Amino acid sequence: MAEAEESPGDPGTASPRPLFAGLSDISISQDIPVEGEITIPIRSRIREFDSSTLNESVHSTIMRDLKAVGKKFMHVLYPRKSNTLLRDWDLWGPLILCVTLALMLQRDSADSEKDGGPQFAEVFVIVWFGAVTITLNSKLLGGNISFFQSLCVLGYCILPLTVAMLICRLVLLAGPGPINFMVRLFVVIVMFAWSIVASTAFLADSQPPNRRALAVYPVFLFYFVISWMILTFTPQ
Amino acid sequence: MAAADELTFHEFEEATNLLAETPDAATTSRSDQPTSQGHVAVAVGSGDSYGAEDEVEEESDKAALLQEKQHQQQQPGFWTFSYYQSFFDVDTSQVLDRIKGSLLPRPGHNFVRHYLRNRPDLYGPFWICATLAFVLAVTGNLTLVLAQRRDPSIHYSPQFHKGKQAGRPNAWQGPGGQGVTVLALPPVTVAGISIYCYAWLVPLALWGFLRWRKGVRERVGPYTFLETVCVYGYSLFVFIPMVVLWLIPVPWLQWLFGALALGLSAAGLVFTLWPVVREDTRLVAAALLSTVVLLHALLAMGCKLYFFQSLPPEHVAPPHQAASLPTNIPLSPTLPRSMAPS
Repeated sequence: MAEAEESPGDPGTASPRPLFAGLSDISISQDIPVEGEITIPIRSRIREFDSSTLNESVHSTIMRDLKAVGKKFMHVLYPRKSNTLLRDWDLWGPLILCVTLALMLQRDSADSEKDGGPQFAEVFVIVWFGAVTITLNSKLLGGNISFFQSLCVLGYCILPLTVAMLICRLVLLAGPGPINFMVRLFVVIVMFAWSIVASTAFLADSQPPNRRALAVYPVFLFYFVISWMILTFTPQ
Repeated sequence: MAAADELTFHEFEEATNLLAETPDAATTSRSDQPTSQGHVAVAVGSGDSYGAEDEVEEESDKAALLQEKQHQQQQPGFWTFSYYQSFFDVDTSQVLDRIKGSLLPRPGHNFVRHYLRNRPDLYGPFWICATLAFVLAVTGNLTLVLAQRRDPSIHYSPQFHKGKQAGRPNAWQGPGGQGVTVLALPPVTVAGISIYCYAWLVPLALWGFLRWRKGVRERVGPYTFLETVCVYGYSLFVFIPMVVLWLIPVPWLQWLFGALALGLSAAGLVFTLWPVVREDTRLVAAALLSTVVLLHALLAMGCKLYFFQSLPPEHVAPPHQAASLPTNIPLSPTLPRSMAPS
């Protein structure tokens, strides 16, 4: 508004003028630019999530999420002290792993007389309720990890055990036998240790040092139960 | 404990009066009374199960106890998270200490006063019960697998979750020929439910009973509910190695381990409850203690009989009939889960 531009322009004017008095005399000449661009210098560094991801294709969305999940898988398989799992937590990976494990562990509905293993829902419930219980325990002991971060870590660290399940199923195709059992036992024990090491690397830092063992023991029990389910799985 | 000061003063007078009358009498003090430092000199407990050196220990413990009790006066409401956090306020060394204390009960060391020190925790009872439930299920499973190894005619596959029958309703013939369905629960569920019920409902009943009898004993306050739960929870710890040792398939060895573990565990409970119950009438004290021991023994026996049944040595694998009754192993008819009309 020309009126608004002019009144700060003459600060010396102390004459009280009624507001908008000269409004009717204003005519905007064509050579006064009244449009322009306001740019904030930092803006180029901020990733705009809400506007930039809305228009992208489904393919790029899925690929981005898959890449994030894959990156976290790598962090689990080669556990180093890094904060990636904790900082950008997501529950896609645990969901994928849990569904895969439950699908592989469930018995064939055809031979329901001879039990090969638990139902799909039982594995699901055990994994998720176990993870929730461990998270609650960790928070009650005074850990400074958030609820979903802990669920994320525990879910991702099931990856070695899922790999063990795959290997066990392949080994079981060769037929039962003592060597078969020893191979499976060895694989499950190695993967169990890997899971524990991976999850401890991420979770142990969140507890005060005099309570670390208290927070890690339920994780041990949780993965032990899952390993036992994998080891005793016999397809009929 | 608001009248603690009056009690101390009163008892001191009483004791000094007694000493004045009979100079060479041996006076004993109850080990769980809050007493002042001066009372140590008076207490010469000869022949008493609570020795004099324990009295000195108890004195310093009492001072610390009173301080901690005052410190805990302000507790947040039960709807806040920090209320529950106060029950998990233990360190690793404290938990290990308490477990050790439950494994080796000594007559002078009251578990609640000596180890808990007015800071009961829920970590120990909860995770010990969980571990015991899983260990029971796993070793029960393993026993049957090992039995199968020894006797190949038993057709059994190791299962984690399902019971010996499929976890679906079983039908067996009722007396009139009609089918009666019985739901067989998987062993983990049975173990979990029974152990958690035992570790929480029995302390609740015990605490309620002790509070009811509180009027009879003026001087000794009963334990809080959490302390009772703690005592029971930690006393169940000794069952875990016992269950693992039950894998050895020698029957008399199993009964020996069972008796040992039951003895240790029940002794811990009795030594803890004795100071509270001692002032009551003899009948009530004896009844209470024997009930506690009996329930504990029932738990141990139940675990043994339910999860570690000894299979008959000569066993014929049942043919797979066309009937819809899955029978892996014919169980003895006295067991409630058995359903096989063989």
